[in-house]
Order: sequence, then C-alpha cells, then structure tokens
Amino acid sequence: MVPVSYYLILSGILFACGVIGFLIKRNIITIFMSIELMLNGVNLSFVAFAAQWHQLSGQVFVFFVMVVAAAETAVGLAIIIAVFRTRETLNVDQVNLLKL
Amino acid sequence: MLHLVLFLIFGLICVTGAINLLVQKHPISSALSLVVVMASLAVEYLLLGAEFVAAVQVIVYAGAVMVLFVFVIMLLNAGEEESTKGSRVALILGVPGVLAGGLLVAWVLINHSGGNSVSLGALPGYPKTIGMLLFHEFLLPFEVTSILVLIAIMGAVFLASRPDSPARPRKEN
Amino acid sequence: MKLLSLPVFIVASLIKIVLVIFVLLTAVAYTVWLERKVVGHMQNRWGPSRVGPFGLLQPLADGIKFLVKEDLTPPHVYRPLFIAAPMIAVICALTSISVIPFGTSITILGYAIPLQITDVNIGLLVILGVTSVGVYGVALAGWSSNSKYSLLGGLRAGAQMISYEICLGLSLVGVLIVSGSFSLREIVESQSGHFWGFIPKWNIFYGCQFIAFFIYLMAAYAETNRIPFDLPEAETELVAGYHTEYSAMKFAMFFMAEYANMITVACLATLLFLGGWSGPVFGPALLRALLPTFWFIAKIFVFLFIYIWVRGTLPRFRYDQLMAFGWKFLFPLAIANLVITALVVAYRS
Repeated sequence: MVPVSYYLILSGILFACGVIGFLIKRNIITIFMSIELMLNGVNLSFVAFAAQWHQLSGQVFVFFVMVVAAAETAVGLAIIIAVFRTRETLNVDQVNLLKL
Repeated sequence: MLHLVLFLIFGLICVTGAINLLVQKHPISSALSLVVVMASLAVEYLLLGAEFVAAVQVIVYAGAVMVLFVFVIMLLNAGEEESTKGSRVALILGVPGVLAGGLLVAWVLINHSGGNSVSLGALPGYPKTIGMLLFHEFLLPFEVTSILVLIAIMGAVFLASRPDSPARPRKEN
Repeated sequence: MKLLSLPVFIVASLIKIVLVIFVLLTAVAYTVWLERKVVGHMQNRWGPSRVGPFGLLQPLADGIKFLVKEDLTPPHVYRPLFIAAPMIAVICALTSISVIPFGTSITILGYAIPLQITDVNIGLLVILGVTSVGVYGVALAGWSSNSKYSLLGGLRAGAQMISYEICLGLSLVGVLIVSGSFSLREIVESQSGHFWGFIPKWNIFYGCQFIAFFIYLMAAYAETNRIPFDLPEAETELVAGYHTEYSAMKFAMFFMAEYANMITVACLATLLFLGGWSGPVFGPALLRALLPTFWFIAKIFVFLFIYIWVRGTLPRFRYDQLMAFGWKFLFPLAIANLVITALVVAYRS
C-alpha cells in the first residue's frame, strides 16, 4: 500500500526536471525532450488519480495525451529539420535573426 | 511492502534518468536516458494495474516517438552542446530555492492529501474495458485526435521535405 | 492437482527460463546449419558436410571460431553505444520468447505446470513492444560505428523496421477481433475444434485471416531483415550495413539476434494463424502430454523452411521499392482486412 502522494511527488519531480531542462538547455532537440518529460510526468499523475478514485477515465485520458505528444513531436522535429537546413545550427541562442 | 519497494526502485531509476537528461552534454545520451525514464514509468503504471497503458507507453512512446528523436539526432549529426554562459547568482539562489520549494510541496502533499493509499494493481485496466470506454463515452475525442494525427502527418511530410521535392507545390507560370 | 505455491512457482519458472534459453540458442545455431544446407542444395551443392556427419557439428565449429577471433574495436567509434548496441539487440530477441506458449500444461509431482514462462493478459502487446525497442539496437549500432556505410545501413534498417511494424500490428488486430483476447494461450484455445467435419478451426481457415497471414508474413520478413527485404545488410550494396565495423563476438550477437527473431516470428505465426499446438492427439498419457509440443515444433519448422526457401529464391528489393511496398500496398491492405474482419465478426454474432 503506497500513499497516492508518493506517486504525485514522483510526477512532480519529473515535471520539475522537464521545466528545468526546458529553461537551461541550449540544444533545440534536448528542449523538445524536456517537453516529453513533462508530459510523461503528467501521465503518471493521471494514472495515479485513476487508481485512487477507481475511474478508468484517467487511463483513457493518458492515451489522448500520448497521441497529442506523438503528433506534436512529429511536427516539431519536422520544423527543426527545416530550420536546420537554412541556419546550419541547433543552438537556440544562434537562431536570433528574422532574416539571415 | 513489495509495492513500496518496487515503487521506490523504479522511482529512483526514473529520477536518475531525468537528472541524467539534464546533466548530459550530448543529445543522444539525453535521448537514451529519456528512454530509460519511459521504460521505468511503464513499470510504475503496471504497479498501479494499468497494463494496457504500460504496453502502449512502451510501444508508442519508447518504441516510436523516441526512435524518431534518435533518428533526427543521428541525421542532423547533432554534436556535443556548447556550454552557455551561466550566472553564478542564479546557481546560488536557484538550487536551494528549487529544493526548498520541492520539499514544501512534498510536505503539503504527504500530510494534507487525506492519506489515501493505492494497493498493488489497484485499478486493472483491461484492454476490453478501456476499449468500451474509448468507443462509447470518449468517441468524440477519439475521432478528433485521429483527424489531428492526419493533419500532423501532412504537416510533417510537407515541412521536412526538400524545396525541390514532389511534396512541395509548384507554381506554373 | 495442487495449486502452485510461491517457492514452487519460482523454482519452476527458473527451470523453465534456463531450459527455454538453452533450447532457443541451440535452435538458433541449428537454424543457421539448416539454412546453409537448404540453400546449398537449392544451388546444387552440398552445404556444410565435412565437420561431423552431414555437417552437424558445423555450428559448434562456428561458435568456437567466434569466441576465439580477435574482437576488434576501431578507435573512432562511440564506445559505450558500440558495445551496448549488440547487447540491446540480443536482449530484445531473447525476451520476446518469454510469453510464447509451447504446449498445454504438463503435470510434474502433482503440480500442473503450463508450458509457458509467463501467461500475461497482454502477451501479444509484450511481443510488439519488445520488437519496437529492438529497433534501437540496429539504429545505435549504425550510428556509433562512425562510418558512412554503417550510418546509412542503420538508418535504412531502422526506417524499414518501424514502417513494417505498423503493418505487423494491423495484421494482428484482425486475429484479435476474431479471438477476443490478447493472451496468447487464449488465442490458441479459441482455435480448437473442427468445422465441416475435418477442417480445423484455425484462424487462417475459419477466422478468414488468410490476407492477414500474407501481410504478417511480408511484415515479418521485413522486420527480421531477411531477403527479399535485406537491403540494410546486403554485402554488395552497403558493405555490410550496420554491422560493418563489428567483429567476432559482437557480430555473432547480431547474427544470433536475427535468427532468434526469425524463430519468435515463426512461433507467433503458428500460434495466431495455424492453431498453435492443435493436432491429432492419441496414445498413452505420456504421448498425449508431448504430442502438442511436437505439432508446434513441426509447424515452426515449416515456417523456417519457407523463410529459407524464399531466401534462396528471390532477389532483393531496392530501398524505395521496399518502402513503397510497405506504405502504399501493405498498409491499405491491412486496414481493408481489419474492416472486413470486423464486418464478418459482427455479422456472425
């Protein structure tokens, strides 16, 4: 028997690591991966609450989060590839001019 | 007891993977530590009884989305990240601040959340019951997300195509 | 029949794991021997025939060679992933055998022990998940070798595997609709019995899954990187693709992973489409317990023979033909099969 708050704390730690990675990293792909980490933390929270209140809707919602994350990853990585073709760099500090 | 031990082991692996993602300089190491995080999260879902969600997490997230990340890192030949100029003040104020905030939230959650516990395999998520829910109560979100995925496919194919590929429309003079 | 207590369960599981891994690795070695003999006879030559009678000790000689050969690690590789990639490939190839049932239960010392390491509710999804993670072994091997042939081979192999995984999964959904469960044991048990007198109720006959069987076979050939889909490891096109820079034991691990995947795919095809271990059962009690496993192994042998037969006969697809075949032909066919199966099952019930 594990208290639900333990699962929530783990979910919070993962979300916090995601936010820290989003703010301190300079490589655009690593920033994307931090977003995925945030989404995973939230998924754990959904499943924990579903188990606490015995509602399966929490688990069903995790599916929707996963689908949206997959779609966003595909489009985001396509944008990164398009930007890389012109700017030749993956460092967000160097993509700071509207026109090259 | 078994539940607590397993939760702590895989929770520790999750947190180690997440911190490794932040600490590593090369994006491929960050990607592989994220795969480790997702795999241990799948085990955490299994501990709560969500077997279908755990399987889909491994198949879709760790097996397809992260493979896409790894492919892009390999294709773009992303090298090691250059260290940006950090601020000493932010480090001195930030790290204790984050730790203090985290401990406060953890204390509030543990003491004031009503003391509910979940047992091992608390809510079994069989594929049959999840399927019934998905196609009866959640039918509209299901159809809308399928259209979302279609739009994402079209957008990704167009955005990642070369300027002279058949995916781009040509202007006829 | 006594119920399994925890220590008995643990001991039985450990014995099963050791036995299954030992049998699987021996089967991998002798599948290589079978392939060399069969392809040799198709090409009007003998195949291995010097080492032992009919060349049966050839796998032993190969094993000794791989162990003794110099394990060369080129200086410019990304060392952690270079060493880890073949391990990932072998681990995923060996893990997927854990949910495959080999027969009905046997009774030892009063306990009924099922001939399967674990019977999970979501057995089919476990195999799909392990196959998805197996792509990392190939892609990381290609990238960490730091050579252009390896990188191209690794990317092509990875893209091919994830494209055909979708068709593989969709072909299996037809079987799921007909059988109603993800558990492999229940899928096999739903195929017992006969219809019209003598035709067995296998999913390929009574469940009308012959299109799904065809799609599954094509997708399985592409997933295991076998001819006609083996461009990523073709010697004449890409040097050796993602295992160019590997030598001795690490190369042997990739080899083992490929053949173990072949065997797992053949097991899955017999379980899902050909009724698993169903076959005529007769004779005394000991024979009755062992005959289902014998039929299972016979059907796997038929599949492996078809794999090797196709390898000896067909030329390989070019990469754009391969991807076009997967996305433009197999994927719509799999969706059509899904829709038709759903309509047939709804009409029957």
